[in-house]
Amino acid sequence: MSPPVAPPGWSRWLVPPAALSVHLSIGQAYAWSVFKPSLESALDLSGTQSALPFQLGIVMLGLSAAFGGTLVERNGPRWAMTVALICFSSGFLLSALGAATEQYWLIVFGYGFVGGIGLGIGYISPVSTLIKWFPDRPGMATGIAIMGFGGGALIASPWSAQMLESFGSDSSGIAKAFLVHGLTYALFMSLGVFLVRVPRPTKTAADGTPAPLQGVQVSANSAIRTPQFWCLWVVLCMNVTAGIGILEKAAPMITDFFSDTSTPVSVSAAAGFVALLSAANMAGRIGWSSTSDLIGRKNIYRVYLGVGAVMYALIAWVGDSSKPLFICCALVILSFYGGGFATIPAYLKDLFGTYQVGAIHGRLLTAWSTAGVLGPLIVNWIADRQEEAGKSGASLYGVSLIIMIGLLVIGFVANELVRPVNARHHIPAQREASDVHERQQSA
Amino acid sequence: MSTSDSSPPEGSTPDRRPLIAFAWLWVGAPLAYGLYELVQKATQLFTG
Repeated sequence: MSPPVAPPGWSRWLVPPAALSVHLSIGQAYAWSVFKPSLESALDLSGTQSALPFQLGIVMLGLSAAFGGTLVERNGPRWAMTVALICFSSGFLLSALGAATEQYWLIVFGYGFVGGIGLGIGYISPVSTLIKWFPDRPGMATGIAIMGFGGGALIASPWSAQMLESFGSDSSGIAKAFLVHGLTYALFMSLGVFLVRVPRPTKTAADGTPAPLQGVQVSANSAIRTPQFWCLWVVLCMNVTAGIGILEKAAPMITDFFSDTSTPVSVSAAAGFVALLSAANMAGRIGWSSTSDLIGRKNIYRVYLGVGAVMYALIAWVGDSSKPLFICCALVILSFYGGGFATIPAYLKDLFGTYQVGAIHGRLLTAWSTAGVLGPLIVNWIADRQEEAGKSGASLYGVSLIIMIGLLVIGFVANELVRPVNARHHIPAQREASDVHERQQSA
Repeated sequence: MSTSDSSPPEGSTPDRRPLIAFAWLWVGAPLAYGLYELVQKATQLFTG
């Protein structure tokens, strides 16, 4: 499948909804927990077992984004969105079969393995295209799409819960819910496949061949050999780890922090706090990423990592003295978490150009997979040790919070080390123009 | 690369505005539902 070139007069404002239709769908992954209690009772599973499809899905997201990025660049966003649609929907359909026949391995394979490939390819599918359509506001453009990934869980969480309520929580009800999810997401994502277009290449006046891209251009293979790539890898990994540190334990954390006060936090209030964090995560994706277009990528990461460390310090040292202060700091940290995800494609574009930015982004997402393991591990392991040591309340989290501050400082230093890419890694203009020409000829 | 969304002279290309409105509604409606549910839940922090 060749990249679909926009016809004359095609509006760039059709591309963000195309991207959103994919990201809002695959963002469902973060609402997997809705299915866990039903699966556990219907198929007699432990909590660890019922988390397997999600965990495998996230691993496959990282792997398919890292290894599929070059294919996405070569074949274009429509091919990528089609693959994402087929894999993500098939994952649900296989899971429906697994639930109907009570074969749990089929759910793990379907949702985790097949669906996970859809997550990774879908996640990176619109990034490069959006940056090319919005060279003046790349942060805003990728922020819109990546905000969709956060928004996907907001939609799926109540929707899936209502569906299980209607169909029942036994294996037959779960199978029907998976079936409806698969079909609905296939329909919803088809808008992206239908609408996505790459911009028409600008032609040189002389011979009609495409003009080379403006500015520095670096291939994905060269990018991973630069210190800039690995600095950004550390930046993303530290920022995500710090955010997950709060997300993972949000409800027990706010309850423990104020358990010994005159106004303890109830279970429903803690659930409300978690919901508010999701809103901050989503708002940060579009808000901070758009701000990066104005103040620059390096500066916005200084804010995420520097101010983030200060917010963690406030929670660690005075968080239990004021509920509003605790909530505000946590919200700011979560908005930086979301912002960090959404701004990284534009940062990559600034450093490596648009030539293979989608593939480079895919490789960088391995930092997310690493952080996804690191963050919960640090927070849960330390909280367990502190509990064993007889600590309670806010002191359960003291060490974790200090570690998070340390990680953010490491990320801050890595961001300070980012410099323009050495010219020896740049792609010669002729080669890059001929690559574009080849794609245009095949279109 | 061409990146502007300025339309060529009227009559030469189809009007994309209905398609733009439809596309944004397609993604905006479920997102609005998700946000509504989120606000309902988030208010529990202050009332719960």
